[in-house]
Amino acid sequence: MKVSLFLTCIGEVFYPNVGKDVVKVLERLGCEVDFPEGQTCCGQPAYNSGYRKDAIKGAKQMINAFAGAAYVVAPSGSCVAMVHEYPALLQDDAYWLDKARELSNKTYEFTQFLVDVLQVTDVGAVYPAKATYHSSCHMNRLLGVKEAPKQLLQHVEGLELEPLSNGYDCCGFGGTFAVKMSAISEQMVDEKVRHIEETNADTLIGADCSCLMNIKGRLERLDKPIEVKHIAEVLNHHK
Amino acid sequence: MSIKIDDKNFYDHVDQELKDTFMRNAISNAQDNLRGKKIAATTEDEPFGNWEEWRNAGEEIRRHTLENLDYYLQQLSENIAERGGHVFFAATAEEANQYIKEVVEQKNARNVVKTKSMVTEEISLNEMLEDMGCDILETDLGEYILQIDDDRPSHFVAPSLHKNKEQIRDTYREKIAYDGTEKPEELTVYTRKVLREKFLQADVGITGCNFAVADSGTVTLVTNEGNANMVTTLPDTQISVMGMERVVPSWEDLDVLVSLLCRSAVGQHLSTYVTAVSPDVESDTVDAPSDFHLVILDGGRSRALGTEFQEALHCIRCAACVNVCPVYRHIGGHAYGSIYQGPIGAVLSPILAGYEEYQELPFASSLCGACTEACPVKIPLHELLIRHRERIVAGEGKTKASEKLMMKGFGNMTSSASVFQTAVKAAPTLTRPFAKDGSISKGPGPLKAWTNKRDFPAPSKDNFRQWFADHKRGGDINE
Ligand code: SF4
Repeated sequence: MKVSLFLTCIGEVFYPNVGKDVVKVLERLGCEVDFPEGQTCCGQPAYNSGYRKDAIKGAKQMINAFAGAAYVVAPSGSCVAMVHEYPALLQDDAYWLDKARELSNKTYEFTQFLVDVLQVTDVGAVYPAKATYHSSCHMNRLLGVKEAPKQLLQHVEGLELEPLSNGYDCCGFGGTFAVKMSAISEQMVDEKVRHIEETNADTLIGADCSCLMNIKGRLERLDKPIEVKHIAEVLNHHK
Repeated sequence: MSIKIDDKNFYDHVDQELKDTFMRNAISNAQDNLRGKKIAATTEDEPFGNWEEWRNAGEEIRRHTLENLDYYLQQLSENIAERGGHVFFAATAEEANQYIKEVVEQKNARNVVKTKSMVTEEISLNEMLEDMGCDILETDLGEYILQIDDDRPSHFVAPSLHKNKEQIRDTYREKIAYDGTEKPEELTVYTRKVLREKFLQADVGITGCNFAVADSGTVTLVTNEGNANMVTTLPDTQISVMGMERVVPSWEDLDVLVSLLCRSAVGQHLSTYVTAVSPDVESDTVDAPSDFHLVILDGGRSRALGTEFQEALHCIRCAACVNVCPVYRHIGGHAYGSIYQGPIGAVLSPILAGYEEYQELPFASSLCGACTEACPVKIPLHELLIRHRERIVAGEGKTKASEKLMMKGFGNMTSSASVFQTAVKAAPTLTRPFAKDGSISKGPGPLKAWTNKRDFPAPSKDNFRQWFADHKRGGDINE
């Protein structure tokens, strides 16, 4: 199966390792992965801040970049949710609307792709740790991917998964929100950190680099010795 | 007269509220409790059936009603007139108040009892009546506490949520010569005694309106204390005030919406009382008011009609969105500076009072979507917040020029693979002076607000595209 990786801007700039792990997991599962060079960013920062026109520019770039792809897979529920927003963003332009729909229909979040398309829940990973899972808002609510990451983690050998209380609450990232409303965002991430600590987990796993960046940043600042891992990093750990 | 609760700006409010540990504890406990009850009431009650189907039905009723608002408002007003009541359409708060003033003057009324009304808060009716020399009494316990303490509501369903029982006891002692303890039962019994006396003296009863049933000409009120029954039956003159969107076509529709309301608000299957009032001048019933007035307020609502904000008028004020909102959880209701709080407050306040007053509220959300998921009538709240942001950016509010420039740059970067790549490659070098051990703890410019409280990752020196090309050539085979 041919799969085009959309690494996302945050992935490219900060977490190239997550990209590598996604590629390797997909390849192990028999996919042929390519990386379309024209990809940039899904445009979400502009869209969510009210800069619709600037977001449209990015959307068109992305549509062209992935025009030849059969499946597009990204390790970020939030960016995939944004791609799914393209048809609404381009609804007034029949030409682009068609293309936006096409891209949206073939774009999947990484764990969603593994479970729903490849129909795999056990990727043969081994990861001895006591972990808890943070479910990202956009992935969970806007994209509706709730169970896939948990199903995958349940099959990881050696991984002990503790439930996270108030797991449905946002970690306070929200793109520019974390900067514009930093005092409120801080309280939100602090509450998240408290709940993570209560689990006594040594590792926090998530499926969206941006939320992890926020939580990790606060954990580091508070000197909390908790590892933060993207789910692709965990799933690529094997014998 | 407005929905504004004071003159403070949003950021000052936030600073102040974040320091109020009591309030924040009270709110997070209440949220955990209420959303737990709601989930139980909507998922574990077999006979009720599928919650999502109920939501779809609720959404459909609200959409249909708002799309045909003229028709249903006319039907409602004709039916009320036919039963001997008076209907007044008020375009503004001033018009509504003027009308109510005339009714009260005509009756020579001095004692007014009130219940269950956000919309009279919205038009500052109490102040107007006080200026006329009337004695006004809020008869819902929560509202009564706020009234004697000269405070404003912080939650739709539990307006005095931000106060604890000791604070309430102290207020009672200071303002109404109470000498009991802070026990809720004792406070309630005392309040009830005060209220009972006033009910008997009341000349006019004023109520809000949860829903008005168009095809029967009935105002309905959903309450748990039963005071609405007193307000609507004891005084001969009754004035109900409603936002123009609060109409429902029929009793069948009301059934759906009340079921959604009670479950979403407090996790109850039904509230203790659903009071229904129609003028009934002809048949001379004992409990119908002989003089009935319905004031239907626009108050800026029509600005949303026919726009992307129309769905905001679907709101049934259940506060489910407030109860799940992580921002409200930390800053409480007063920080919104509006009598409408939480996600729906952030959507509604700029519509009703403009961006000048409320331009920060649409940004006071991480767009986590918890509100949209909770809303029983499926209002896409977080999307409406983005629509507000778009309007503000497009010039209806003040946006910093630097931000516009930055976003423009961002747009250009995302629409060109080469510019994007240049930026990705330059990022580690540009940020090197600030980075230590892979983290930035004191960032420049826009990073400052972030790094005040959190570390920021240093951009990776590793280039993914390079790696991928090598990998494809088999270069990392042993990695
Ligand atoms: S917006 Fe929806 S959830 Fe919020 S108060 Fe209104 S009806 Fe309830």
